Amino acid sequence: MLDPQHNSFVMYDEEFQRISAVIEKLLRESNSKVIFLVDKNGQLIASCGETEHLDTTSLASLTAGNIAATGGLAKLIGEKEFSILFHEGEKDNIHISIIAQRVILVVIFDHRSSLGLVRLRVKKASDELAKIFEDLAVKAAEMEKTGNADSPFAEITDDDIDNLFS
Amino acid sequence: MSFINYASREINCKIVYYGPGLCGKTTNLQLVYQKTAPDAKGKMISLATETERTLFFDFLPLALGEIRGFKTRFHLYTVPGQVFYDASRKLILKGVDGVVFVADSQEERLDANIESMENLKDNLEEQGYELEKLPFIIQYNKQDLPNCTPLEELRELLNPNGVPDFTACAQTGEGVFETLKAVAKLILLELKKGGTG
Repeated sequence: MLDPQHNSFVMYDEEFQRISAVIEKLLRESNSKVIFLVDKNGQLIASCGETEHLDTTSLASLTAGNIAATGGLAKLIGEKEFSILFHEGEKDNIHISIIAQRVILVVIFDHRSSLGLVRLRVKKASDELAKIFEDLAVKAAEMEKTGNADSPFAEITDDDIDNLFS
Repeated sequence: MSFINYASREINCKIVYYGPGLCGKTTNLQLVYQKTAPDAKGKMISLATETERTLFFDFLPLALGEIRGFKTRFHLYTVPGQVFYDASRKLILKGVDGVVFVADSQEERLDANIESMENLKDNLEEQGYELEKLPFIIQYNKQDLPNCTPLEELRELLNPNGVPDFTACAQTGEGVFETLKAVAKLILLELKKGGTG
């Protein structure tokens, strides 16, 4: 989809709001505790639910590592990917799925929900999220074409960079 | 591939520390972790074996501050250096924005350095990257040890293109932050050049 070396993954306000709305709805409808979306490279995109006591940055990075390792396993046995992972704990469970081959959706839930319900709701939300990420890709491509990419970094100076390290 | 988030006004970049087994990649991250103010760093994660050899990766998130109203965050990763973990190394290189090659300056590790450098190039190419076009820094680590290959020879073998390089002793911290700053700077300059692409 993108040239890996010279592209950034960009998130705009509008799409962020749409994504947040979808995962918040999913949180309610699936009766889950926490939901977050992670880029395959391990960057946290959005989260909702009981995140206050969670290290979401680490969770994002480990989830991406997990998906990457599982993807490697899939290739070794001739599968394209394993699109759903499920980890069952004593109290909490984690349901991980891949959306549009690009983004990882993580749902953490306990006894108040069930795997069946989560799977059902995730499936519906995945379609909505896939559409948003598709729109986002189109938007980013258009921005680039029209030269409106407007990178916040286009005009930084050496001083700006040096100041970071002072 | 950096992640620019206009909604939260953040920019996230990924730096990977690469190099042969036991060259000091994890030590680099540990030192950065120890010497960074608590509010600027997240938790350091090490997926290691019982003998503290890196099994999958180490991960350290760092927040450097703001540029033009955008919080800049760097995610530091190490790869497992041992030869047989190649499949894992490939995975960690995905989406990389900048690479630090940590060389073990000891004479007996010269071949391992060269092999690891070739391995880095191969693995990057497999994912459509060219090392020459990536922000790239070399660190000659373990300079405190008595049996080091002369710096000129290391440079000739590992750094034919003359990318920025530093001598270091990661255990005492010498050269560690210089290396990190240099690669972060190159990444930000690359972002400036490339726009959001």
